[in-house]
Amino acid sequence: MKYNVEVMISLKKGMLNPEASTIQRALALLGYEVHKTETLDIVKFSMDKDNEELVKSEVEDMCEKLLCNPVIQDYQISINPQQD
Amino acid sequence: MKVGVIRFPGSNCDRDVHYALQLAGAEPEYIWWNQKDLRHLDAVVIPGGFSYGDYLRAGAIAAITPVIEGIKNLVAEEKPVLGICNGAQILSEVGLVPGVFMVNENPRFNCQWSQIRIESTRTPFTSSFDKGQVIKIPIAHAEGRYYNSDLQSLKDQDQIVLKFQGENPNGSLEGITGVCDETGLVCALMPHPERALEQIMGSDNGLNFFKGLLNYK
Repeated sequence: MKYNVEVMISLKKGMLNPEASTIQRALALLGYEVHKTETLDIVKFSMDKDNEELVKSEVEDMCEKLLCNPVIQDYQISINPQQD
Repeated sequence: MKVGVIRFPGSNCDRDVHYALQLAGAEPEYIWWNQKDLRHLDAVVIPGGFSYGDYLRAGAIAAITPVIEGIKNLVAEEKPVLGICNGAQILSEVGLVPGVFMVNENPRFNCQWSQIRIESTRTPFTSSFDKGQVIKIPIAHAEGRYYNSDLQSLKDQDQIVLKFQGENPNGSLEGITGVCDETGLVCALMPHPERALEQIMGSDNGLNFFKGLLNYK
């Protein structure tokens, strides 16, 4: 079975995000008033596995070992079976 | 003293560090990222640069390369390890030093001379300085804002090595810009001592970090 995987990586709540605050100030320069600006990283790939549970446990390992720094980042995993 | 200078794709301070080690009287040797056996070395320096293009996070990909296993073995043998700038970020990603270096408070690449205060002289690299001495060496980084959720344990265990004196150019916690592990042998510095070796470079204060290593033991 083929699965499409998306890992969304964000800074933990309360961590200073200078990129997001710069974007928010730049949007204000253009006259747009926005709040709570955040920036996220998304890593996408596909995997061949027997079931979704196997995909999930392997992707969690990837997050802990490489994709995220658990000290400062959170991650969300979404897994979808490929349609074709 | 044989000192390895670790090279990753994207390292760019490797030749400066090689020169610095020679000037201090060491025998430097370039080590490529896929080399695992470092047992012939007495110490290693991980120089600065942009290993693997800073992809994911600065130092994240270098942190899982084979050479890291060799470095961990040297640490187990109580041999000194120095990480400078990107090298410091790599040591933090590996978990050999506590805390993380995050995007600067003002999110731009910050390249300037800095006044740096020596906070601890128990590491080989700072052993030739006086505690509290203020020196002039440059910084050059975009991800150098030091953060640690457990500041107290750093203080209790004398793991703060360098702090900015006066201006804190990147928003680091208490101006911390150099830390070490509990033994003091693994040292991660954001400023670039290898860019301040001789008066012609604007300061020779950086040479003492390498001389300190040579005088160790």
